[in-house]
Amino acid sequence: MANVPEDLHYSKDHEWVRVDGDQAIIGITDYAQNSLGDVVYVELPKASEEFAANEPFGSVESVKAVSEVFTPIAGTVVKINEALADEPESVNSDPYGEGWMIRLKMSNPGEVDSLLTAAEYEDFTKAESE
Amino acid sequence: MLKAMGLGSAEELFDSIPEDLRLKRPLNTPAALSEIELLDRFEQMGARNAGARRVSFMGGGAYSHYIPTIVDHILSRSEFFTAYTPYQPEIAQGTLQTIFEFQTLVCQLTGMEVANASMYDGSTALAEAVLMAERVTKRSKVVASAATHPQYLEVIRTYVQHAGIHLELAPFDERSGQSWEALAGAIDDSTAALVVQSPNFFGCIEDLAALADAAHAKGALLVVAITEAMSLGLLKSPGACGADIVVAEGQSFGVPLSFGGPYVGLFATREKYARQIPGRLVGEAYDKKGRRGFVLTLATREQHIRREKATSNICTNEGLIALAATVYLETMGRRGVQEAALQCAQKAAYTARAIAKLSGYSLPFTGPYFNEFVVRGPGRAVELLSRLGKEKGIEGGIALSRFMSDRPNDFLVCVTETNSREQIDALLEALSEDNKS
Amino acid sequence: MTTAITKVTTHISPNEQLIFERSQTGRIGYRLPALDVAEVELNVPNEFRRDDDLEGMPEVSEVDVIRHFVRMSTWNYSIDLGMYPLGSCTMKYNSRLNEKVARIAGFANLHPLTEEHDAQGALQVIYELQQHLAEITGLPGISLQPAAGAHGEMTGIMIIRAFLDARDGAAASHRRTMLIPDSAHGTNPASAHLSGFSVKTIRSTPEGLTDLDHLRELCAHGEVAGLMLTNPNTLGLFERNIKQICEIVHEAGGLVYMDGANMNALVGVARPGDMGVDVIHLNLHKTFSTPHGGGGPGSGPCCCTKELEPYLPVPRIVKSSDSTYRLDHDQPKSIGRVKAFFGNYGMMLRALSYTLTHGNDGLREATEAAVLNARYVAAGLIEDYEKPFAGAPMHEVVFTDKRQSRKGVHTLDIAKRLIDYGFHPMTIYFPLIVQGAMLIEPTESVGRQELDQFIAAMKSIAVEAVENPELVLNAPHDTRVGRLDEAAAARKPVLRWKEKQS
Repeated sequence: MANVPEDLHYSKDHEWVRVDGDQAIIGITDYAQNSLGDVVYVELPKASEEFAANEPFGSVESVKAVSEVFTPIAGTVVKINEALADEPESVNSDPYGEGWMIRLKMSNPGEVDSLLTAAEYEDFTKAESE
Repeated sequence: MLKAMGLGSAEELFDSIPEDLRLKRPLNTPAALSEIELLDRFEQMGARNAGARRVSFMGGGAYSHYIPTIVDHILSRSEFFTAYTPYQPEIAQGTLQTIFEFQTLVCQLTGMEVANASMYDGSTALAEAVLMAERVTKRSKVVASAATHPQYLEVIRTYVQHAGIHLELAPFDERSGQSWEALAGAIDDSTAALVVQSPNFFGCIEDLAALADAAHAKGALLVVAITEAMSLGLLKSPGACGADIVVAEGQSFGVPLSFGGPYVGLFATREKYARQIPGRLVGEAYDKKGRRGFVLTLATREQHIRREKATSNICTNEGLIALAATVYLETMGRRGVQEAALQCAQKAAYTARAIAKLSGYSLPFTGPYFNEFVVRGPGRAVELLSRLGKEKGIEGGIALSRFMSDRPNDFLVCVTETNSREQIDALLEALSEDNKS
Repeated sequence: MTTAITKVTTHISPNEQLIFERSQTGRIGYRLPALDVAEVELNVPNEFRRDDDLEGMPEVSEVDVIRHFVRMSTWNYSIDLGMYPLGSCTMKYNSRLNEKVARIAGFANLHPLTEEHDAQGALQVIYELQQHLAEITGLPGISLQPAAGAHGEMTGIMIIRAFLDARDGAAASHRRTMLIPDSAHGTNPASAHLSGFSVKTIRSTPEGLTDLDHLRELCAHGEVAGLMLTNPNTLGLFERNIKQICEIVHEAGGLVYMDGANMNALVGVARPGDMGVDVIHLNLHKTFSTPHGGGGPGSGPCCCTKELEPYLPVPRIVKSSDSTYRLDHDQPKSIGRVKAFFGNYGMMLRALSYTLTHGNDGLREATEAAVLNARYVAAGLIEDYEKPFAGAPMHEVVFTDKRQSRKGVHTLDIAKRLIDYGFHPMTIYFPLIVQGAMLIEPTESVGRQELDQFIAAMKSIAVEAVENPELVLNAPHDTRVGRLDEAAAARKPVLRWKEKQS
């Protein structure tokens, strides 16, 4: 059973968002890392790059697959998780903690409200598995 | 077996092909030949290639070098030439380890940090290097020296025509035969890469360090192409000069001329660009018991995973030819490659200086050379070389008029360790005699 | 019919380090004649000369080299060892006669820039092979210049682009979509991208064939430059609506490209040119038996209709009225050169030899045997493995791991266990539209006994998957190395040997 923390917001592309003031931290969910398999490389943007909602900001690679990662909300990159360059496996072992990918300054803080709640995301992933 | 399948005839195997699409007649190709007849046929065709029997001083992108006897023996082992791409590493460690050695040798020779498992040849490797430079820098202008092999330039043009890349040619210095001045001047902030061949098409050695500085000053990459890989046995590696991507034709390393192919493209770059490199890569890996093995790796760059976003569409490359180069380089080794290269340079120097002393002949370019140089004769080169071939059984070189219209009397001469003193002296005599008549 | 299933035993295959680890200063493996010209001061400035003495390159004797490579070769599976059922790869016998032909001195020692009149035999080989391939494909325009299938694909798609640009002028900039089935090989979209096309995916029907309705829908958008498809497709099924498919695309103003990887099911039986296809590439290293060599060299001829001929790469090899062979560079509409010189010439020699050795009826018989063998394997496995498509397969058949995966055994495990039975695994996880795909192509180069052994091995693994899954999950057991940690290799790639810093 995939882990789906209550206090986060989710997207249908399997990203999670943690709100921290006017900033948001984004990563991929436990369900996503499980489908991907062992993560070998994470491609991240540079600081100060801007993204619209649902735009791809990078990609995650396993041995046999690549997946683009999308930001569910619009914003400007404030910080990226540089530790992932040396330890991409954090995405597998701790997707909601050490495996965080980018920190954005939100353009429209209200956007998070249209994302999925933990319960909604859980239902969504159950339906996808069938 | 047909009966076991419940089929009445072989024709029924093709029931899923609509009737009107099935051939109702035999193919209009020849009937089967026995081994004896077949070999006879091919021997006859082979015999019509007079060029193959002559002493040769031809270079221009394909070179006559000594191939140690064991190269072909090793290549002919069933396990090497009838094996496939090493998708199942547990039963392909032979192929994988030899590729790892190949990648290492290419890095050592070019002075670069990472090399791939091969490209089709030098020309397509260069085209792919140009595409890679655009990916890395996100700039769309490429400046190439006009002293690059004309066929290589043609291939680059074909590859970039729909890639949104603008290729510009910078002329070479008419006196030295080298690039330099014009190339450095053509670089600006929109330049992705400077492309230069060294030794270039005329055999002249380029000042790679200066060109690297000029490129880097504007944030562009230096892409170096090498057609005569043996030059790496004598000349400073492009990596040591500051090159960012190095491509080469590896045919000089244990690969027969074979009318132009199969050859092998070498492709090497800096570690920071490893994820942008096209082609296959073999890396070290360990199993549960800690035993070392090798695997295809970083496959997420490639077409079978990235599809239209892949770094290249290449799939099959030149595996067996890369193996030939590996066997050659390991047999000749550290000493042999340098000795062969030095012999090439010494014999070329002897030949060039002697030709320069012949009445009616001169060397139009003053730049330093490795084993190829341009000779200017008293008359049209095409006819001169034809006479040398027919009357003396010598392929004296390559007429430049076949590639450029403003050099009717110039021809490119190449000397290697396979050209004996007798052969060289015979060439000198033939040239001298030809001028007298 | 029972066959003794002989599982492989551990092979005596000595460990062999990297050559660099075997190097001993002072050893040499070669001898060149002494320099026979007076040694002079070269006109190469010092700063252009190498100063690292090629440090790190190995120094070994000839015996070292022979043992090194012979030992490593014993770690490889190969066609000469046994059936190699890689779907889509056509691993047929690599004839030794072809190897002898390729080594004839008159070809092996011929420089590619030899003047035409002194290379007539060499040009004749190219010309004759062109003729035969034109007859086999039903397409008159041929170029042998591309060095591999993907290279031939790129060439073919660039030809389509050039044709459309010439036909439609400025309006062609609106025709930049290439339609590609969801079952296509990855080189297809990659090659389309090289010609400046974007890709739209066409669905397959539950039968595994191209969805005609979806095709019509996509064509109706008006931006379609063409369709790339494989026939038989990557599921081993013949696209019986091929004529209609071509009509739909042509009516929409596009062209049809066929990936010729699966020609082994068609040679002598049906011709792409008769189906309405405009341009195809062939893989000489598949259908025409030239050796795979551990990853090449290949050869990917591009064949096209008369209409597209002017766009083929230059130079073209033609025959004059006086029966001499010439290089024709005068092709202003050509897409240009795709490779220096003529292409992988050595593979052309081998392919021509193959064509002449088989003869016209032999070529057809090979096709029949290839299809028959695949059908036989399909019938043999159908009780134990799930066959997702009911259609009769041509030269290859796809199965899934659906039944076995219920017990936790997946395609990868089945493939690895097959190694313990002495077979090279089939193609796995391709095509992508089939979950846990196992694509099996025996080719015609396998006799009934070996097919029976293969079927028996697969049936045995199906039993093991239920009764003793650990055996399958931990396979292979008897190889030099076990499953290698590919994730760790990709995270911290080590792509070359380096001298250890003490």
